[in-house]
Order: sequence, then C-alpha cells, then structure tokens
Amino acid sequence: MIGIRDLDVSLTGSPVLHDITTTLPAGRLTALVGPNGAGKSTLLATLGRLVAPTRGEVELDGRPLLDYPDRELAQRLSVLRQDAPIGPRLTVEDLVSFGRYPHSRGRLTDLDHARVRHAIDRLDLRAFAGRYLDSLSGGQRQRALIAMVLAQDTDVILLDEPLNNLDLAHARRVMQIAREEADAGRTVVVVLHDLTVAAAYADHVVALKEGRLYAEGPSDEIMTPAVLSSLYDTPVSVATVENRRVVLTV
Amino acid sequence: MFARALPDRSVLLALGALAAAAVLYLGIGARGDLGFILMFRGSKLLALITVAVAVAVSTVVFQTISNNRILTPSIMGFDALYLLIQTVLVFTLTGVGFAYLDPYSKFALETGLMLAASLLLFGTLLRNSRDLSRMILTGIIFGTLFRSMTSLLNRMIDPSEFSVIQSASFARFNSVNADLTWLAAGITLLVSGWLIRRHRTLDVIALGRETAINLGVNHDREARHLLTLVALLVSVSTALVGPVVFFGLLAAALTYQVAGTWRHVVLLPLSGLIAATILVGAQTLFERVLGFQASVSVVIEALGGLAFLYLILRKASR
Repeated sequence: MIGIRDLDVSLTGSPVLHDITTTLPAGRLTALVGPNGAGKSTLLATLGRLVAPTRGEVELDGRPLLDYPDRELAQRLSVLRQDAPIGPRLTVEDLVSFGRYPHSRGRLTDLDHARVRHAIDRLDLRAFAGRYLDSLSGGQRQRALIAMVLAQDTDVILLDEPLNNLDLAHARRVMQIAREEADAGRTVVVVLHDLTVAAAYADHVVALKEGRLYAEGPSDEIMTPAVLSSLYDTPVSVATVENRRVVLTV
Repeated sequence: MFARALPDRSVLLALGALAAAAVLYLGIGARGDLGFILMFRGSKLLALITVAVAVAVSTVVFQTISNNRILTPSIMGFDALYLLIQTVLVFTLTGVGFAYLDPYSKFALETGLMLAASLLLFGTLLRNSRDLSRMILTGIIFGTLFRSMTSLLNRMIDPSEFSVIQSASFARFNSVNADLTWLAAGITLLVSGWLIRRHRTLDVIALGRETAINLGVNHDREARHLLTLVALLVSVSTALVGPVVFFGLLAAALTYQVAGTWRHVVLLPLSGLIAATILVGAQTLFERVLGFQASVSVVIEALGGLAFLYLILRKASR
C-alpha cells in the first residue's frame, strides 16, 4: 500500500502538485489519469523518489520512503520514467540485467540470469536480446526498459506512460503483463492517456487536474461520462462494446 | 554480462604498448652511467605515467557522472580553477611566504581549497546535467572567468612573485615538479584503485540519474564522492605539469573506441594505459628522436582539440 499525505511538489521552483492525500491500494492496478500538465508524471516520479516533495510524505507500507535504505527500496519498488535516457552502448540483455542490480550488486547468479531471460521473453524480445539499444526502434527500446523493471522483481511497479511508441499488439501485451503482476499481488501504478485502456485494465483510478486530486475510487465509479467530462472539460461518453467500456469524445 | 572481464585483451595489449614505450623512453640514447640515467629518467617516467593516468581516469569518471562523452574536467575549467587558487595563494600569502612553504604543505593547501571549490561550483551544476549545450557554455564561461581572474591577479602582483606563478601556468612535460612525483603517484594509484573497485556502481551511474536511483544507487551522494576524487586527480596532474585542456578528451575518446564496452572494469584501466602510452610515446619521439624540447604538450593538445571538434561536429550532424 502506498500512502500519500499532504503532498506538495515543485519542479524548478514552480509548484506542480498541491496538497495531494490519497492511498493507492496494495495488490491492485491503479491508473493515473488526467489532462496534459495535470501532474501525473510528477506524482509518479515522487512516488518513485526521483523527485523530492516540498511538503508532505509518501509512505510504503506505513514507512516513509526516505526511511528506507537505498538498496532495500530498490528491491521493493521500481519506477520507469517516460523516455528514460540510456547512456552508453548497451545491448538489450545488458540493460535488462541491470534490473537485477539491487539484488545481486552486479554479480549475477543463475537465478538472476533466469529472471532476466524470463523478463526478456515476456516482452517478446528474445530475438533482440543481443542487439544494441541504439539500433532498435522506439517501441523496442521501450519494451526493453519495461523488461528491466520486471527483472527488478519488486512489490511495487510504477510505470509512466508505458504504452508510448508501442503498436497495438505490444500495448495489449504490456497491459496484460501489468494486469498479471497486479493479480500476483503486486501494486502496479500506471500513468495512462488512453481511457479505454484504463477502463479495461485498472482496478482503481486516481484522476488529477491542475495539480490537485480531482477524483479517486474504483474504476467503475470514475470511468463515467459525468466524471470524465468535467475532468477533461470536454464532452465524453462511455459506450459498451463487447462487454467492455469504450471511452469516446462526442 | 557482469562476468569477470579482466584481464581483457585490449587492456593487455595497451599494457604491452606502454611497456614498449617505457623501454624506449628509458633506453634510447642512454650513454654513460646507466644506473644514474635510469634513476633520473625513471622518476620522470613515473611522473609522466602518473599525470596520464590521473588525467584519463578523471576524464572517464567525469564523463560517466555527467552522462556525456564530450565534456571533460579541463573543458569545464577544473585546471583553470586550480591555477586561480594557486595565484590567489601567492597573492595573499605573498611570494616569499609561499615560496618558503615546503612543496607538500603547498600542495595540501592548494588541493584542499580545490576540493572545496570544485564541489561548490560543479556539484550544483552537475545536478542539471541534462542540457549539454548549457554545460559546455557554463564550462567555457567558468574557464574564461578563472583565467581572467588569474591574469588580473598576475598584473597586480609583484614581478618577482609573478615569476613564481608563471612557471606554474603552462603544461610542461619535460620539467615536472620532481618533489611531488612520489606523493602524486601514490594518490593517483590509491584513487584509481578505489575507483576500479567500484566499477559496478560506475556502470549503474552511467545509465543516468533516474535509472541509477531506481536501481538503488544514491546518485547525488555518489556523484559528490566521485567529483571529489576527480578534483583530487586534476589537482595532482595540474600540480605536476600544469594545465592540459584536451589530453583527457583524446585519451577518453580513444578508450571508448578501443574498448567497445560500457564496463568500467575495462574502461578505467584501459584509459590510463592508453593515455600513458600516448604521453610516454610522444615524449620519447620528441625528446629522444627529434630532439625538440617543448613541443609535446602543443602536439598533444592540438590532437585533442581536433578530437573535440570531431566529437562536437559528429554530434551536431546526428
């Protein structure tokens, strides 16, 4: 369970998030939604201790993030940022293997290698395992980064727009993996733009607007025309197609 | 991926090349009392290798922290800062008092100030290291500022005190500061050894700040420690031979080409060996074979400058 209390966050001096207090349920898939500039990515980065709050606290299982030793936290929580830069010339396998660093400190055991191979297979990357990242397409690189996060094998997985650059088959695959992880008892938090995807996969939805908490609750309660229309200031309707909710702009 | 990479083939090759260069440097034109010549040349050889290793290792580590392969400590103005500190000390302690200090306390004083100043100036700068062009610009401005302040002080200073400084402000590979050689070699050996031991952490830091934090590395603290060691290595090399601007860039760029890997367990030793081979080889060629005295630093800087232009232009064309 992730507890967020009285959170204010500023980026380079300008306030981005105001007074956010909420709880993200453990073992569930939570979608962070909201208009552009609402602060979704900043909230995710703060949950992943990449950005320090100016006020308030983030707690993981009742203990403030700052109280965790660096290594222990990295074994329990992983975070993937949007367009994370990748420094030197790495292969896909090298990058995914770095996901095991919090556990093995760079000395990989057989178990580590097995985890790395498993993560590569789940993201359908086996054919690219030996390729350099800078020779891959944006979507393949994105999948490699997600595989690294999976190899990290943490209770909490934070993903910032993981569907960026992905074709529909791989976007579906990534959301299925996120769902599988949540069903296995992990806490998954995903920033999503596609509301139909959010409605199909998320258990819990947190909606942000202009840096404030706008609405939160079970997916069914938030993914309604009334809430979404006022959240985006745009008429939105929710249709049911083949037993699934589809969010449409009118 | 993290398999024991040592001894890497390229490292062994570079070690062989350095050994060959060292033998030529010691051997060519040695006449008379062999024991004396070897001792005399040997301590110069040690100084050359120390400078080369300090420059190369500090450059590779700096490029890992700042996540780019164009900036180096000297391009960012580290050497210029060291010279400024030296000048300020001569200015405030007056030439006589400063000249009477023994070289060790002088070095300790300069280096201590250098560590504090570089942490203050570059520590905050590196935190926003995403914007490469801004970093280059800041570095150039810092370097120019430090150099102008140094030359301003030079003009206000007494002529006899000026001569104390002047000898310190050019790179001079053939008249190294012999007193400090052993101390400098010791510091360089210790610092490089410590860095090589931490090669796995450096590998993670090279992935960038956010990825490193995600993997449980306290990036800000590590960067601060590494920056301190970089400043220490720069102090060592600047105290021995004076400022060299593009040598580190040349050595690091060659290292990345030859190594073809991101593993610091290879990159760090290889960069030191390559830099030492270049420096000892060039010194042998110019001093022993061609009989020139002062052109080594000019040639090496020119080559390094060309490498800098090449890297910038290649970056721009992508």
